[in-house]
Amino acid sequence: MSLQTPSETQSASVANAGLLARLKSIQAPWAWSFVGAVLVWFAIVIIFGFSIASNVAQTALVYGVFMVLVGLGQMLVITSGVGNIDLSVPSTIALAGVVSMQVTNGSNGRIALGLAAVVGVGVAIGLANYALIRLLRIPPIIATLSSSFIIQSLAITQGRQLPPPPSALGAFATGRFLHIPYIALAALVLSLLLGILLHRSIYGRRLSAIGQNSRAAWLAGVDVHWTRCIAYVLSSVIAAFTALLLAAVSGGASLDMGVEYMLISIAVVVIGGTLVTGGKPTITGVWGASMFLFLTNAVLNAVGADAGVRSIVYGVLIIVVTVAAGGKALR
Amino acid sequence: MTFEITQARLRAMLPAISLVAVLVPILFLQPATLSYFGSSLLLNLAVPIVLATLAQLAIITVNDLDLSIGPFVSLVACIGATLLVKQPWLGALALAGCVLAYATVGALIELRQIPSIVVTLGLAFVWSGLAIVLLPSPGGTSPEWLGTAMNYQTPWIAAPIVWSALIALIGHLLLMRSSAGVRIRGAGGNPRAMRRFGWSLVRSKATLYGIAGLFGVMSGLSLLGLTTSADANLALRYTLLSIAAVILGGGEFVGGRVSVVGAVLGAITLTLAASFLAFLNISSDWQVGMQGAILIVVLSLRVLLQRGDRQ
Repeated sequence: MSLQTPSETQSASVANAGLLARLKSIQAPWAWSFVGAVLVWFAIVIIFGFSIASNVAQTALVYGVFMVLVGLGQMLVITSGVGNIDLSVPSTIALAGVVSMQVTNGSNGRIALGLAAVVGVGVAIGLANYALIRLLRIPPIIATLSSSFIIQSLAITQGRQLPPPPSALGAFATGRFLHIPYIALAALVLSLLLGILLHRSIYGRRLSAIGQNSRAAWLAGVDVHWTRCIAYVLSSVIAAFTALLLAAVSGGASLDMGVEYMLISIAVVVIGGTLVTGGKPTITGVWGASMFLFLTNAVLNAVGADAGVRSIVYGVLIIVVTVAAGGKALR
Repeated sequence: MTFEITQARLRAMLPAISLVAVLVPILFLQPATLSYFGSSLLLNLAVPIVLATLAQLAIITVNDLDLSIGPFVSLVACIGATLLVKQPWLGALALAGCVLAYATVGALIELRQIPSIVVTLGLAFVWSGLAIVLLPSPGGTSPEWLGTAMNYQTPWIAAPIVWSALIALIGHLLLMRSSAGVRIRGAGGNPRAMRRFGWSLVRSKATLYGIAGLFGVMSGLSLLGLTTSADANLALRYTLLSIAAVILGGGEFVGGRVSVVGAVLGAITLTLAASFLAFLNISSDWQVGMQGAILIVVLSLRVLLQRGDRQ
């Protein structure tokens, strides 16, 4: 929000320049993904009609929201500095899903216990990840990958004879308030909380600081490791929470329900306009990019494109967006 | 002349030490692995992994990271199993196009100053997609010459060891000993100095990415020669395996600090680690987990030995 002031003065100063130059001066990288999402949705309205388009929007608010959730966690980790990435998201989803189903055991009375278990799994994984990175000095990409192997094995050992999710949880997952799924509302609440955390709290300032220049932040007295550690823990907790919702929506947890979210979680962060080198997150961008990717996927599905073509379009989109956005001189 | 054990020496020897650390328990459990037949069986899949590792090494040399090498190797195998068999010319052209695409991406990354992780992530989607379009279900056949080449029996020492040593030697000479290699490594070590000297960073990056593509193609083809059929998911795990091998071999994410011989040893260590698990009779539940654990143990060994070096 504070970013608007410089952009307004800037756009006033270049008022005489062309429209393109003015658009470029807008410091809102998240806007592009939103524009993309809206354009794709209008394309769906024009091609398939309004009723189908509103159906698609409803689905997007359930399944697209899972992309938002994993993306938010990944965003925190990526913001904590260059090279930081969490590849353990899929296995965290697998383990948390399995554990939560075992703990709740299908009974409504044990949902609170299940939630606690989910948070516990998330915290434990986040701490373990950061311990590998910090204590053993393994690069994050390899550390979170190695831990994800172990987590996956843990999930396999716990994954036999899974009870179905409690009925109340299932009702929550499919329920709606004013046509908006509860899941989307839950994600919205989480986004607002994260927004406050990132933009209105000391922790958010610290996270941005270590992402932009961890040495400068350290010299300024920021506890770099603790701040980064919390980012990893939050990412794992959010992924674990996503697992609970995923299991509730699909009527049970499965070991591979998180597989696709490894690349997706990174893709929505990047397309959304979060700075990949760290220090500048955008929550709105994650929403825009998730909706954009989900809707694009829906269109491709509708025109009968197979998995291969969809994957190619995803890839080209990511590359085009990055190349168009360009990077600041990093050195 | 006395041989002092300094940190620098330890550091250079680390890949060899990790290899021994994995090799000794294997020999203890299965002494037969020392034989010609045993070693060729154990290291059967080492050659494609070594080649993929060198592809990754080329990219890590300029402080970038390639998240698309696994899908790329799969795609090459798919092209080899379909186009290269039916229309050899078209297949060769497609492979050349892939290498060119790699080089273009390298140039693009430097020109636009964009993070390689993201661009190669996008590429990973593209390669996977192309592979699925080419070969929707596992199948295809390997070109005959490829199978013959990969099954060639070398005298005395098993073929995978001979090939790996040869690749390591050639790679080492090209990257570490030739003037072109030094220039290219400079792009990772000190890009500003390179630019002031008037050498094009764009060209360096394009070259290295092109080399990565070339090694990726060789990795895919050698893998196809061994498996004789392809699958769009054949080599997805190579991405992380190759990064781990480079790190294990003494490579660093910054400063163009890499070692070809180390990376090759790292790749062999990781190949052996996978076989090691098979000997241990671990329940299938923990197979994947043990891979992670071994990776962590071997990498933490690196830190223990480097501790003094860092201060």
